[in-house]
Amino acid sequence: MDWPGISAASQGYWSCHVCDLVSRPEPTDPQPRCPRCGTRLHQRRPDSLQRCWALLIASYIMYIPANLMIMMETGTLISYREDTIMSGVIHLWQSGNPGIAVIVFVASILVPLFKLLVLTLLLLSVRRGSTWKIRTRIQLYRIVELVGRWSMLDIFVLTILAALVQIQSMATVRAGTASIAFGMVVVLTMFAAMVFDPRLMWDQLRKRTGHE
Amino acid sequence: MRAQERPLIACPQCDLLLREIELPPNGAACCCCCGATLYRNRPDSINRSLALALAAAMFYCVANAFPIIGINLQGSGNAVTLLQAVHDLWNQGMHLVAGLTFITSILVPALELGLLLYLLLPLYLGKVPVGVSPVMRLLQAIKPWGMVEVFMLGILVSLVKLVQDFRIIPGVALWSFGILTLLLAALASSFNPRDIWLQLDKDRDGVID
Ligand SMILES: [Zn+2]
Ligand SMILES: [Zn+2]
Repeated sequence: MDWPGISAASQGYWSCHVCDLVSRPEPTDPQPRCPRCGTRLHQRRPDSLQRCWALLIASYIMYIPANLMIMMETGTLISYREDTIMSGVIHLWQSGNPGIAVIVFVASILVPLFKLLVLTLLLLSVRRGSTWKIRTRIQLYRIVELVGRWSMLDIFVLTILAALVQIQSMATVRAGTASIAFGMVVVLTMFAAMVFDPRLMWDQLRKRTGHE
Repeated sequence: MRAQERPLIACPQCDLLLREIELPPNGAACCCCCGATLYRNRPDSINRSLALALAAAMFYCVANAFPIIGINLQGSGNAVTLLQAVHDLWNQGMHLVAGLTFITSILVPALELGLLLYLLLPLYLGKVPVGVSPVMRLLQAIKPWGMVEVFMLGILVSLVKLVQDFRIIPGVALWSFGILTLLLAALASSFNPRDIWLQLDKDRDGVID
């Protein structure tokens, strides 16, 4: 790892997360505000690690019912089936839609799991003061921020199908309990990624390499 | 202007302290420590964003006013608009799912387009709108929750699932959602918050361009 440079914080500069202005508030000011846009300034996102851990643990707990309980009930005159997320994917695959099955598998199972594991890795590495593969870790963080929203796919499919397929007794679709847990996982992991402050990783690096 | 006088910036992802550099049109400045994109130079960003936001607002209205898809099974059928779908699901007791869809596909996109128009229209006319700071703060806070493009993929997946059992009648809103998705993507890449702040600084300092 080459020289990571000097952080704004070490020079007494605070940057605004809304307008990007860098300013140097009075050291005595208990609640500095951005001189340009008036936003409350924080050198690092407040209580980043504690909040991220809390949201992450809640997501892990919700991840279990989201995958074990029923996501969708489909009824027709001749058949009735209950699907979890995974059995829905398998059903899609077997009914001749492997492409869509893969999309749903990635969005509903792989992406939430990936987010949980990466955020756990990031939190543990910051706590241990690790400088290990920092460029890979920041890339992982960016991927988590980028792909998180796509997990909402199944929620939207469920909304459309459950509202549309209501044809008397001939065909009905209902959302199952897993949809509540799954929605919580998506929202909680998005919040977890938002409260995590990637600058904490570089603070460790600068401390370790003796630059600050 | 000498390099010493250019304003300071801090990388939002690693807090590296840097000085701004001049960018060519459509260029982007990246952090030399962590590789994050720091700022971009989008020529004519205010005019282009305004045009895209106006077009997107139009298609947003069409996409919400008309049914997305209709289905038909042996003579009986059903068709729903997005708002009806949310309403039906709410009545089925699925409040969280209905709420999430309402916020991410109806409320936040509308709010985003409304706030952007509120900012861009006066700037286009050479005036400065009241309350730029709270509006920009709100825009930044709601941005991750606008998910029209994900909803569009949701429509496509639903179509594939439905086509096996039903006759599908594509609605006007289906096409409108497709176009809206493209317009919002173009808008996101053309809108440059930095230009708004620079414009504001210029007006505050009373410099005439
Ligand atoms: Zn500011
Ligand atoms: Zn950086």
